[in-house]
Amino acid sequence: MEAVLFFGAALGALGGAVGVVALRSPFYGVLALIVHLFSLAVLFLLLTAAFVAAAQVVVYAGAVMVLYVFVVAYVGGSEEPELDPIPGQRFLAPLMGAALFVELSIAILGSSLLAFETHGADVGPGFGNPAGIGKLLLERFLLPFEASSILLLLAAVGAIVLAARREAR
Amino acid sequence: MNIEWYVVLSSLLFAVGAMGILLRRSPIVILLCLELMLNAGNLALVAFSKMVGNQQGQVFALVVMVVAACEVVVGLGLIVAIFRRRLPLNVDSLRELRG
Repeated sequence: MEAVLFFGAALGALGGAVGVVALRSPFYGVLALIVHLFSLAVLFLLLTAAFVAAAQVVVYAGAVMVLYVFVVAYVGGSEEPELDPIPGQRFLAPLMGAALFVELSIAILGSSLLAFETHGADVGPGFGNPAGIGKLLLERFLLPFEASSILLLLAAVGAIVLAARREAR
Repeated sequence: MNIEWYVVLSSLLFAVGAMGILLRRSPIVILLCLELMLNAGNLALVAFSKMVGNQQGQVFALVVMVVAACEVVVGLGLIVAIFRRRLPLNVDSLRELRG
């Protein structure tokens, strides 16, 4: 059962990722990314990270993707021009991606971490639930929590400054 | 499923995202590919957190999510500003800052 769920979600995540890269229209790219994010949420649930999965669906697949859809609709999802300014980019980029994957796989499989071959540590039913995460976030990691809240505020102000309509001069 | 599978899947997703950034020219699609790479990192973090049996990796994944949201907001603001000035939405044409 777990294997079926894993391979289904992995196929969905991979298909969504390939769709983002391959689809020509940005609007369909955004839709493919939503499929990818939902599949990742299933994988997070399999890894007993319930709160992260919920945040993924609500924050990412909900709010952030709506922002993308709005901007694509505003800008008008124009298709990219066909011309190739860098010769051979179409072949070099997949080659580079494949090389990166091979290199990362060698690093992972060669790391000889014994715990890789297991299902992970045996964790209790409360692992990754909102109570545990919130306790960690507000006690042990209070400073990163506050720093990320300031970062969010700065990003909101920056977006307003960047995208605000200038006075007609 | 072994933890290995999750980590290899995350590296595969990361490679696909990196390939997209090299391949595409629309800034919106480049931002989408950045999201792919950040999410691949998140998957690895959560997988390692399960491997060690420690929730701190999940807290780190949440912070990565916050950083990704900030990056999206600023990036989309830039795209809207570029569009308002009637400049082409193509990263190869926007080369004024190139040295």
